[in-house]
Amino acid sequence: MTAPVQTGAQPQATVPGATRIHAAFARAAQEGRAAFIPFMTAGYPTASAFPAVADALLTQADLLEVGIPYSDPLGDGPTIQRASEQALGGGTSTRHTLQLVKDLRARHDTPVVIMTYVNPIYAVGPREFMRLAQDAGVDGLILPDLPPDQDLEIADLAAEHGIAVTFLIAPTSTPERVKLVAEACTGFLYAVSVTGVTGTREGAALGEVPAMLALARQYARVPVAVGFGVKDAETAHQVAQVADGVVVGSAFINAVQHGQDVGALAAGIAEGCRKD
Amino acid sequence: MPLTLPTYPQPDERGRYGRFGGRYVPETLIPALDELEQAYLTAKTDPAYLNELERLHREFVGRPSGLYLAERLTAHAGGAKIYLKREDQNYTGAHKINNCLAQALLAKRMGKQRVVAETGAGQHGVASATAAALLGLDCVVYMGAEDIRRQELNVFRMKLLGAEVRAVTSGTSTLKDATNEAIRDWVTNVRDTFYILGSVVGPHPYPAMVRDFQSVIGEEVKVQLQALEGTPTPDVIVACVGGGSNAIGIFAPYAYLPDGQRPRLIGTEAAGEGVDTGRHAASVAGGRVGVLHGSMMYLLNDSEGQIVPPHSISAGLDYPGIGPEHCLYSDTGLAEYVPVTDAQALEGLQLCTRLEGIIPALESAHAIYHAVELARTMRPEQIIVVNLSGRGDKDVAEVMRLLDLPEGQSSTPSHNLPGHNLPGYTQPTHTQSGHTPSIMAQQEVQA
Repeated sequence: MTAPVQTGAQPQATVPGATRIHAAFARAAQEGRAAFIPFMTAGYPTASAFPAVADALLTQADLLEVGIPYSDPLGDGPTIQRASEQALGGGTSTRHTLQLVKDLRARHDTPVVIMTYVNPIYAVGPREFMRLAQDAGVDGLILPDLPPDQDLEIADLAAEHGIAVTFLIAPTSTPERVKLVAEACTGFLYAVSVTGVTGTREGAALGEVPAMLALARQYARVPVAVGFGVKDAETAHQVAQVADGVVVGSAFINAVQHGQDVGALAAGIAEGCRKD
Repeated sequence: MPLTLPTYPQPDERGRYGRFGGRYVPETLIPALDELEQAYLTAKTDPAYLNELERLHREFVGRPSGLYLAERLTAHAGGAKIYLKREDQNYTGAHKINNCLAQALLAKRMGKQRVVAETGAGQHGVASATAAALLGLDCVVYMGAEDIRRQELNVFRMKLLGAEVRAVTSGTSTLKDATNEAIRDWVTNVRDTFYILGSVVGPHPYPAMVRDFQSVIGEEVKVQLQALEGTPTPDVIVACVGGGSNAIGIFAPYAYLPDGQRPRLIGTEAAGEGVDTGRHAASVAGGRVGVLHGSMMYLLNDSEGQIVPPHSISAGLDYPGIGPEHCLYSDTGLAEYVPVTDAQALEGLQLCTRLEGIIPALESAHAIYHAVELARTMRPEQIIVVNLSGRGDKDVAEVMRLLDLPEGQSSTPSHNLPGHNLPGYTQPTHTQSGHTPSIMAQQEVQA
């Protein structure tokens, strides 16, 4: 038995976070680019070093994705999981993450979206979490383990607090699921490029991505970004030809871990996001 | 007897048990869960599937398992009759094989050639590897590096059966992390891989499906107790609860009976060193509602939602959550959940071993301890059924480490005072669980 299709909040142009996110995508498109969306785990490599890493990414980012470190991130691969463990070990909590974002938003105008598993939201309490996120200036939420029909309250509460929501589709999603997910997104739609977890895509072939995006665009009233396994300028460039946005995560964690110049890597990948 | 799989009023059509359960998983898996649900619902009423499962139960597992009146345990407690449902008699030594065979058969029907599983103590891994070998499926078992170290023999068994055992070093290197890795593998290889989940946890339809497969335990008790005592329903059923599959297997066939006809259902949670010490695996007594492995349930997680590593003397109960149907039972009073400590479980193990000649798994020993204690407060014509979920072979090395038995003891057991003199082992007191300090100590006083 499949549950009757229900969705949470309908897209609301009045949600300030959604407006800012859509504007960022629109600016990139005007410049002939897919929006560049780098990801970094909050508090990585340390709480004190994180702001400099984020600043370096923000010199290039159209949107910044910040992950709340989580003990059991089952949608993430080993790279982001290790970063989460390190950040948690350094004491970065949910509330601390939101404070880090608040500090970033005081220095930058670039929209910030938070990636979080649902349990930290439930633990803090959905309403309290949204209140804290709004206060921090969070523009959007990416919820990797929350299919939109699982919880009808989260999206409504987010909207109430001016925050847009992003749900994910995958190559395995049926047309019915794509429609359901696409219609529930108020920020952008996140298309996962492969079956798998973050950071594990092999090769540069787009595979099923174009067909998935074509389907998604039939229903989405928001921009469509692609992520998982986009690791360099070359893969970013390929994805940028078919997507409105390109999400890159594990590559930056690896760069930080190996002491590489994050700003330079970001500049290269941002350049790769240019449409032909 | 042709096999039928039961139908219960829970979960609802969205896979919810009240507020618990659901499908909190990456979108990639949702179509696979839909596919699994459909395949299961079809198989559930297909005579070809049911007949094959029944044949394997009978010829391969050795079902039905016995329902055994534990006369000396009963005499020791001096109250209600204590029956043991002997899931330890199953091939591979525990109730796990019931579910693994049923899921592996389902995998085969669905055309999946590869199965993945997670394991803590190794029982579910061995059962999965066994089912895979029997049905010719490729099998990968994820196991925490720490558990691999502790369960060397079971690791070898799995390898001997042809399974690949992959060590998990992320997180705490134990069962919850092995489960994360099994789910990640499934997300990656979802199109040709079947995930054999070992307990009544995970995203819908797993908790319902595993419950249905384990319900054979309770259904057999009804028939066996009718023959032995002239009633299908005992006064009390006690079973240990980690994720909760053996407990739901014996509870569910009784849980939805009307009030007044339903026996008391008691799940014993692993209280470890005590619920108030923070070193335990008692999700109902010491947890709060949260989401892990795709399901909302009572869960050991901190105020920020980070999962708190559990602790139990028994690796099989060492899981931070408890199945969503148990959560509903707890909230609605259909069942009770009581904490039993490591030390109490050790007492339960020794009692059962010395009085009945049955070495129970440390998991089951939690249930035995509580049952003996409860039996004392009941009348002789009343009946307790304890689900003896598995045998203790796998735990013998750990028990040997904990109990420094004196030389000569093995040839001259003290039958009157089982376990009363165990040097190197101090009986702690356990006030937080509501239990009296020690049933063995009480026996000494009575003697």
